[in-house]
Amino acid sequence: MFLIYCPYCEEERAEEEFHASGEAHIVRPTDPESLSDEAWGDYVFFRKNPRGNHHELWQHTTGCRKFFYMTRDTATYEIKEIYKVGEQPKVATAPAVPNKYDQFSSEQAVKK
Amino acid sequence: MQHYSGFGLLKHAMSHHENWQRVWRNPTPKKSYDVVIVGGGGHGLATAYYLAKEFGITNVAVIEKGYLGGGNTARNTTIVRSNYLWDESAFLYEHAMKLWEGLSQDLNYNVMFSQRGVLNLGHTLQDMRDISRRVNANRLNGIDGEMLDAQQVKEIVPDMDCSANRRYPVMGASWQPRGGVARHDAVAWGFARGADALGVDLIQQCAVEGFEIEDGTVTGVKTTQYGTIKAGKVGCVVAGNSGVLADMAGLRLPLESHPLQALVSEPIKPILDTVVMSNHVHGYVSQSDKGDLVIGAGIDGYNGYGQRGSYPTIEHTVSAILELFPIFSRVRMNRQWGGIVDTTPDACPLISKTEIENLYFNCGWGTGGFKATPGSGHVFAASLAKGEMHELAKPFSIDRFNTGALIDEHGAAGVAH
Ligand SMILES: Cc1cc2nc3c(=O)[nH]c(=O)nc-3n(C[C@H](O)[C@H](O)[C@H](O)COP(=O)(O)OP(=O)(O)OC[C@H]3O[C@@H](n4cnc5c(N)ncnc54)[C@H](O)[C@@H]3O)c2cc1C
Ligand SMILES: [Zn+2]
Repeated sequence: MFLIYCPYCEEERAEEEFHASGEAHIVRPTDPESLSDEAWGDYVFFRKNPRGNHHELWQHTTGCRKFFYMTRDTATYEIKEIYKVGEQPKVATAPAVPNKYDQFSSEQAVKK
Repeated sequence: MQHYSGFGLLKHAMSHHENWQRVWRNPTPKKSYDVVIVGGGGHGLATAYYLAKEFGITNVAVIEKGYLGGGNTARNTTIVRSNYLWDESAFLYEHAMKLWEGLSQDLNYNVMFSQRGVLNLGHTLQDMRDISRRVNANRLNGIDGEMLDAQQVKEIVPDMDCSANRRYPVMGASWQPRGGVARHDAVAWGFARGADALGVDLIQQCAVEGFEIEDGTVTGVKTTQYGTIKAGKVGCVVAGNSGVLADMAGLRLPLESHPLQALVSEPIKPILDTVVMSNHVHGYVSQSDKGDLVIGAGIDGYNGYGQRGSYPTIEHTVSAILELFPIFSRVRMNRQWGGIVDTTPDACPLISKTEIENLYFNCGWGTGGFKATPGSGHVFAASLAKGEMHELAKPFSIDRFNTGALIDEHGAAGVAH
């Protein structure tokens, strides 16, 4: 059971108020017209699945309904940091094989 | 291998059951094998068994980081059925169903496969249309299935509340009489015993922590206990940890690992002699031979490897069961646990070669792979033995997520099971 701090409501609330929306910082293809099937497949279906720190997108669904980010350890379930959309993570993710098309990868997004 | 029989039981009773042979050896691994299977769950053990039995490949090791069957194999709610919508999955699960029907005899091990029937309930008009489509598709594929109305459901499960004044009234169901349950740990043990007897080395308490890869071909696995073990071919069957193994090989898989929980009640007198599943209220329940109600539902929404989940999920599960069976409201729950399921975007498994030569994955069974255990092992063994994917396995390759040839079973498999 998580107690999650919503960075907008500035309050710790119970897990049930939130929805986990998967991997964070996935960047939409900048030039969709020229994308190969393989690259599209990668963008739509292939997600990082690290055992360890993971950058995630969450939504405060039954509260303010805003999206925010979380770095969480998927093995211990410890929440390492919470940050707002537009902000950058301070804690790195566990090593995972980067997306072949690194325009989508979170590392890239972090650098930008 | 000591053959099990009624007579044997009697004979051993004379010596107070103190002289039973060990069920499998505990060998030190050799330096090299023709095939190394990573993961000693039901699917990995079944693969090893069929490799040895059907394809004559006995120089095989199964490497398991914990104990045999300690992953999802002995954590699931044991539902077995084959009434999937699409041809590809229907054929695969029906292949497994046919093997289940002779499994105890084949293994000389009682896996307690009990064909007590599976009901998939419908609570809305759309549910009923989907069920009708699925039952018809099943029948065209030679898989048993019937459409039942609420009255017929009530006759099969008299203690379920099928009245029209529920919030989610039961309007009908699909009924697969050949479906049922099996004893999950016995399935792992039966395959392990059979494989061991045919010469397969079962290596427990030893994790694979890397691969030896030369020029794009896998040549062995690095282990925590025995250093590098050479292998002609490597088959990874590690369910929730598949992403971790793929990382070791520099591969990506279209999988995310989630906790899936189950719980059992205190034992009660026989009240439910079939399996009840509902996508709509999202829960499923059966009663074990010990008398406990075996209950499960959906995954926890976040990624996790912790083999435990959150309380809100348990609460949803239990409220779904009470919607169907208000009569269970006073039953106390005894135990609760979680497994880590490897879910794919189309709710179908990955049985596939990879970019690395001789490295195969069999995973992505997510919330519903127990029912496939013998079939999955059989087609995976055939693929490893021949170096070419088995006909039934071909549609389940990883590259379907790049070609777009998905097998979207979310309709039929919408509920976790
Ligand atoms: C709560 C729950 C309920 C379920 N209910 C049903 C159901 O009713 N019906 C149904 O059909 N399915 C159900 N399932 C799904 C089913 O349990 C799985 O799909 C199936 O058991 C997977 O079997 P497996 O052998 O592939 O995996 P597992 O049994 O998980 O085996 C994988 C093995 O790999 C080992 N391993 C992992 N990493 C390494 C490593 N690095 N080195 C060596 N070994 C490693 C693990 O220790 C584990 O023993 C359920 C699952 C859960 C969790
Ligand atoms: Zn909020």
